[in-house]
Amino acid sequence: MLEKWAPVLIFFILVVGFGVVSLIGSYIFGVKKPDPRKLSPYECGVQPIGTARERFSVKFYLVAMLFLLFDIEAIFLFPWAVVYRQLKLFGFFEMLLFIAAILAGYIYVWKKGALEWER
Amino acid sequence: MIEYVTGSEFIVLMIKIFVIFGGVMGALAYLSWLERKLMARVQMRPGPTRVGPFGLLQPIADGLKFLFKEDVIPTHSNRFLYIAAPIVSLVPALLSFSVIPFGPSLQITDLSVGLLFIFAVTSLGIYGIALGGWASNSKYPLMGAIRSSAQMISYELSLTLSVVGVLMIANTLSLAELVTAQQSTWLGIIPRWNIFLQPVAFVVYLVSAVAETNRLPFDLAESEQELVAGWHTEYSSMKFAMFMLAEYANVVTVSSLATIMFFGGWTGPMFGPALLQMALPTVWFLLKVSIFIFFYVLMRATVPRFRYDQLMRFGWKVLLPLSLANIVVTSFVVAIS
Repeated sequence: MLEKWAPVLIFFILVVGFGVVSLIGSYIFGVKKPDPRKLSPYECGVQPIGTARERFSVKFYLVAMLFLLFDIEAIFLFPWAVVYRQLKLFGFFEMLLFIAAILAGYIYVWKKGALEWER
Repeated sequence: MIEYVTGSEFIVLMIKIFVIFGGVMGALAYLSWLERKLMARVQMRPGPTRVGPFGLLQPIADGLKFLFKEDVIPTHSNRFLYIAAPIVSLVPALLSFSVIPFGPSLQITDLSVGLLFIFAVTSLGIYGIALGGWASNSKYPLMGAIRSSAQMISYELSLTLSVVGVLMIANTLSLAELVTAQQSTWLGIIPRWNIFLQPVAFVVYLVSAVAETNRLPFDLAESEQELVAGWHTEYSSMKFAMFMLAEYANVVTVSSLATIMFFGGWTGPMFGPALLQMALPTVWFLLKVSIFIFFYVLMRATVPRFRYDQLMRFGWKVLLPLSLANIVVTSFVVAIS
């Protein structure tokens, strides 16, 4: 187990180290001439109006929720696909039921209009 | 633990890690040159020519310039997240190279859940974009980040589902085994690549992969004409460079995965002396990956951007049902055979 995952850990440390070192490098070598205009949020040269902590469309939340449901279902298909040949026909019909359940939910979501972006 | 660190295997491992890390970083730097040059040729411009022959030293000049540029941190930003976001974006993008087989033995480690590991890790990259856009506390980055998050999670679905068809045929999640399963040929000439068995899955994978990496025609997160530079509008110097690196790393990762899953990875004709035979698999792999990268760049140069509602409709109403149908058909065919 350790032999398989230890290289991933070493690589992770290397990559994080690379990121941190290059940030520190740019902090050391970079020019520093701050002024209030430069540090204000970019709004095409105009004085910033209001804050950016505003509300945004509820559709994005809806997409996030739908993603959670469907992605969990997608992950359930992974182990099934890996052992598919051992399961034979039993696995086929079991998964047909599972996909039918996903499809029922999918058609419901579609009919409810949750996938319409224009409205 | 001590025995593990002092063993000869560990030294081989460290050499592999440094070869792959160095190679990947060099390749990513030169990808920026390749993209600029190719785009320029498509648009009938010469592209970078001044720094070195054919502008070949351009990536080095760019890197140095990134290092010496002023690092602007906006006053109203969330300082910690603003600084952490590029690292959060870069680390998962590079981490997936720890399981990609560049050749029969040129692989850092072969996890039994390699494919799942890559999907899990690369989908963490979305946090870099979302946090970076939010922490900037500016309007354009916020819009870019929200758009990008919704887009990436939508296309993540069809991406993961398209792979299931391949898994049903290969019956393994290990990337090395995925490659070796495609080693033989049909009738002696046609290679046993999964592309011939799973063409629909390949198309779905390719389209979702372009959307996952936020590249044109799906770069709604960046869309220069509306959002200035999207989620990295407020980023400069090395932090911007890290976002760029992460994007290129993701392009290479999805291209490598496409090669491994559908085009037989490092398999290819073997000939010549023993030394050449050792290098050939890696050459084949890199060749196949670079074909995908060429495709990516040419697509960026030629295809116009989608509108956001078109993008969401395409992901949810075309690609998702298509990948589900592909699973059902594939499982039926595998079950009766």
